[in-house]
Amino acid sequence: MSPNTVVLDRDGMRRTLVRIAHEIVEKNPPGEPGQIAIVGIQRRGAVLARRLHTLTSELIEPTVPLGFVDISFYRDDLRLRDPSNAAPVVHATQLDFPVDGRAIVIVDDVLYTGRTVRAAIDEIFDFGRPARVQLAVLVDRGHRELPIRPDYVGKNLPTAQDQRVNVRVEEIDGFEEVTIGPAAEPRRQAA
Amino acid sequence: MNHLISIDDLDRAGIERILDRAESFAEVSGRDIKKVPALRGRTIVNLFYEASTRTSSSFELAAKRLSADVVSIRSAGSSVDKGESLRDTVQTLSAYDPAAIVIRSPYAGAAQLVARWTDAAVINAGDGKHEHPTQALLDVFTLRQRLGSLEDLNIWIVGDVLHSRVARSDILAFQRMGASVTVCGPPTLLPRGIEALGCAASPTLDGISEADVIYVLRMQHERMQESFVPSLREYAERYQIGLGRLQPNQLLMHPGPVNRGVELSADAIDSPQALIGQQVKAGVAVRMAVLYELLAGRPAAHMAVAA
Repeated sequence: MSPNTVVLDRDGMRRTLVRIAHEIVEKNPPGEPGQIAIVGIQRRGAVLARRLHTLTSELIEPTVPLGFVDISFYRDDLRLRDPSNAAPVVHATQLDFPVDGRAIVIVDDVLYTGRTVRAAIDEIFDFGRPARVQLAVLVDRGHRELPIRPDYVGKNLPTAQDQRVNVRVEEIDGFEEVTIGPAAEPRRQAA
Repeated sequence: MNHLISIDDLDRAGIERILDRAESFAEVSGRDIKKVPALRGRTIVNLFYEASTRTSSSFELAAKRLSADVVSIRSAGSSVDKGESLRDTVQTLSAYDPAAIVIRSPYAGAAQLVARWTDAAVINAGDGKHEHPTQALLDVFTLRQRLGSLEDLNIWIVGDVLHSRVARSDILAFQRMGASVTVCGPPTLLPRGIEALGCAASPTLDGISEADVIYVLRMQHERMQESFVPSLREYAERYQIGLGRLQPNQLLMHPGPVNRGVELSADAIDSPQALIGQQVKAGVAVRMAVLYELLAGRPAAHMAVAA
């Protein structure tokens, strides 16, 4: 872990999420049509979505719906993946509220090529027709391959393509930090 | 894994991975739009040389819900179910570059043969008296949904074991998941040497009250060329599972279609202990998971060359 540089520590992550929660509420004032719903992309996006859900629910009434999407079945690289790791383990998609007419805020940990977000948008549209779709990410590392831009960014992080951005969260990894380092810790490549 | 011919193609981790994914696909089947794009643009051929309602319809739906293109061919009764022409049929269909061929045949070993003749992934949807692996997977899925795990379960498989491919696949799958299996039926319908699969065999129902799960098999009249039992009435008297023989905590399963009043009594079929409806419901999700396991990450033949 030594060659990694810490860009956000536990406290920095907390403050960043509080700020994003306020921005979400500011940009989607209660009372306007298109009430917000928060949808996290499995797995670390889902963890961050849970936290943003708690934070935004403190700011507005009524409670904000929370959902999760697993984009495994919507990936554009299913055929190209290394056969030994070809069929990724999937986690549940769970959208129990009506998507129609909502302002959906998609939450993910790192925004990179934009392909994961493309897949998530596709999946959400299989559930209905949202009024708006917005995107909140903890880290934007650049190198987009699709015309996708975030509405809420925790930290803009210029990176080289062979670098890795590692987001660690208590619920999955047992500790909290965002680091940037040279390639390849064995973690699933972001789509 | 390139093909699914037998449960032996899967270790326990493989079975669990497929069933975990089937849970996700069960969620897809609950949506308004019951479709995901995972296998978009792939072609799947269903080749059914034998009567089937559940298996053929659920394979077709499974493929469609994964956005694959499906061709279903039924040739029951036509002249194609003879060795050489099966090969011709498969080679003809292979010209369409299918990603998978699902085959049901009255002949044991047919799926294995087809796998030799095509580049497509081959899924055995029942070959004669040999195996029916996707049925076993959905049976394990159904039990896992109800009980959480099959570890240390005592499962009895009762009835026409001799003609049953479901029994053979279930014995392997249940044991692989940690259950112990006893097969039970009239001695004429218990294959000699079945214990080699690791299960116990019993010619009577003595001891069935200890079972956690009773899996009843269909009497397969269509495969019987001689009389194996004196009469169906006598068979029913000795082996039929009715509420009288079912303990209140036991679960009841059957692969369908049921001969009402032969291997199962009507009251047992409709009792809340019966999981028969859940088994059918599990069929689509589990078959989606099998197709996904075999085809996701597997490039089409022409792409393999390019890569």
